[in-house]
Amino acid sequence: MIQTTIQEIIVATLGDATIEQANEQYLQIVPEKLPAVCQLIHTHETCYFDMLSCLTGLDNGTTQQTMEVVYNLYSIPYEQKLTLKVVVPRENPVVPSVSHLWKTADWHEREAFDLLGIIFSNHPNLRRILLPEDWEGHPLRKDYQAQEYYHGIQVKY
Amino acid sequence: MKGLLDQQFEEDNIVLSQVEDLLNWARLSSLWPMGFGLACCAIEMMQTMASGYDLDRFGVFPRPSPRQSDVMIVAGTVTFKMADRLRRLYEQMPEPRYVISMGSCSNCGGPYWEHGYHVVKGVDRIVPVDVYVPGCPPRPEALIGGFLKLQEKIRQHTLVAPQAILDIEAQEARNQKPDFAV
Repeated sequence: MIQTTIQEIIVATLGDATIEQANEQYLQIVPEKLPAVCQLIHTHETCYFDMLSCLTGLDNGTTQQTMEVVYNLYSIPYEQKLTLKVVVPRENPVVPSVSHLWKTADWHEREAFDLLGIIFSNHPNLRRILLPEDWEGHPLRKDYQAQEYYHGIQVKY
Repeated sequence: MKGLLDQQFEEDNIVLSQVEDLLNWARLSSLWPMGFGLACCAIEMMQTMASGYDLDRFGVFPRPSPRQSDVMIVAGTVTFKMADRLRRLYEQMPEPRYVISMGSCSNCGGPYWEHGYHVVKGVDRIVPVDVYVPGCPPRPEALIGGFLKLQEKIRQHTLVAPQAILDIEAQEARNQKPDFAV
């Protein structure tokens, strides 16, 4: 089973307007269609992507004005890898959560929210996971400025 | 140098010593650190306490509670999230209490000094530090050196209040208005 087959399955079930871009490395999915696509390839008997190996958030910077989330999937029975990608605008980065399909996604999405400020809609518990609750800003954003003081302690050296 | 109890006395019954020396000797001979580590420095700290270097020779023996501890070894990277907890632990220690800052991270932020938004740039911004042990991480010998330095410091403790503080207090007493002058 190769990526084109998976692509055909997705297009056949969910229509042409699901995949924004497809190449040898990844399939770029329309953000709103992401849960449907994931549900399909998670349960479809010829794909069965039962493991989410990694979920990565990316800030493409202030010139491109986009943010990305990359999903590295793995099918244990078919020993097959697949990379999905969604691109969202930087001002309002909202991506549907997939934590109901893969439990791994829960904490990974919280991390992406914590460090990049990407909002995962329908996430059961979207709050910071690494930084303190009252931290200001999202440090891995390209235009991040660290706060001057935290609880009376100077942040800069 | 011989320890106090290793010395031979020609006459029995009475040993003469100064109260200061006795108190200081007791204090510096049983420095109980609080048993907690924050990063890789803690591995070296554990090694120092284990049989190879055996910190118990110096009466250094980790305690599970801040209320039983005399010294806090800040072994590792202090993040801002940890800073509040660390300050709380320090406040729970009974006086006299000492702090050993172990390793570059807790000394000054270490490799995170410039781009580490999450690291406190030196634990001395939160609690007063008595001894800084350099290294990344310091070898066990260095930590033992830190304890010897701290013992040296405690040996200098005196029951007599410092003259400068006495002067300030006298000055304040002179400036204080009598009760009827309000």
